[in-house]
Amino acid sequence: MTELPAGLASGERRPLARLLTRIENGDPSLRPLLPELFRAGRGGHLVGVTGPPGSGKSTLVNALIAEWRRAGKRVGILAVDPSSPYTGGAIMGDRIRMMEHAADRDVFMRSMASRGELGGVAGATWLAAAALDAAGFDPIVIETVGAGQSEVEIARLAETTVVVEVPEMGDEVQALKAGLLEVADIIAVNKADRPGADRAARQLRAMLSTAGGRVTREPPPVLMTAATTGEGVAALAEAIERHRSVAREPGMARGRARNQLRRALADLALDRASGGPGWEAAIEAVARHERDPITAAEELLP
Amino acid sequence: MTNEGRRTPIRVLIAKPGLDGHDRGAKVLARGLRDEGFEVIYTGLRQTPEMIADAAEQEDVDVVGMSILSGAHMALLPRVVELCRARGMDDVLIAAGGIIPDADVGKLKSAGIAEVFGPGTSIGQIAAYFREHARRARD
Repeated sequence: MTELPAGLASGERRPLARLLTRIENGDPSLRPLLPELFRAGRGGHLVGVTGPPGSGKSTLVNALIAEWRRAGKRVGILAVDPSSPYTGGAIMGDRIRMMEHAADRDVFMRSMASRGELGGVAGATWLAAAALDAAGFDPIVIETVGAGQSEVEIARLAETTVVVEVPEMGDEVQALKAGLLEVADIIAVNKADRPGADRAARQLRAMLSTAGGRVTREPPPVLMTAATTGEGVAALAEAIERHRSVAREPGMARGRARNQLRRALADLALDRASGGPGWEAAIEAVARHERDPITAAEELLP
Repeated sequence: MTNEGRRTPIRVLIAKPGLDGHDRGAKVLARGLRDEGFEVIYTGLRQTPEMIADAAEQEDVDVVGMSILSGAHMALLPRVVELCRARGMDDVLIAAGGIIPDADVGKLKSAGIAEVFGPGTSIGQIAAYFREHARRARD
């Protein structure tokens, strides 16, 4: 079967929900569908929202959904939460802040667990976003806890990345430490109704204008938002919209394509070279210090 | 899509229908099921049957578990079953827990609630039930 599920393009929920499950499960029968899935994409704006736990990401996304719905947009959301490395289980609670939109047919939200590292949360998330795009959602939000490398990777796949910070995180040392800021296209200092928000925003702006990994680009705008009151949310939606055209300049698109390709290549190499008897032998050899991991990896590649 | 880690976790939606404001039980269950290897989507308090069915549809869960203490179970739980079935979720296991009188359990079961877990049920029992009865082989 090389056709996309019936009803996907017209935005029906059930075929989309089922397709997302197959993507999450790494269903091998999806492979022949991938070219069609990407061809069916409609250019929905891929927006990453990330930040530390408790910074109010879900509440802010909820406020953004309301803003986008007022503008008549159909919004897709992928909320990624970590799986327990010990049990494989996960608790996903992002819906709690977004249930007011649960019955809205033009909002589709899916919670995804990261399910370990092999095959990668980034790979599945990217495909899931492609499915939402084929179903006509625009924008498509990927929400992740900004706590590790895989989350930074997801941010790199998004066209526009919003990093959510809170006033307490805003002191300069924290800002310098946080590698997340380097992937930010827009920074939202959320909970702006709390004391210290102005100061935090000022320090972030000062820090970003003088340093940081991005010498080739303008420093990202620092906006103040209070998701619970809606303050600053319209301005954030505007900033995201403005960034859409920047994100689609050829150089930026190539940068994302490079990351996607790298990721796909790494996954493919791992997929082809791991799992067989040679793989187990290589693990043994490395564990016994008979082989260094780099040579062992070279030997595994066909 | 790698060779390793093919075992796919069972996805469970835990919801609190109706107006009672006590979700400690639901949270304990959510956490316990996580520790048993389930992927748990927790929706929070005060959900309408429509919200629960719509969330279950988007999340494509294998199980919907509802906790209810308010006494409104006869009004709300069969409605969730009805809405889920109307959305084509014929094979989703729908179960309930909380304070539900024995006299109502039979009625709920004939309305499509697969099982009712009363106070004192262990997480292990619930996990075992879900593992046994959740749809696993899917098209």
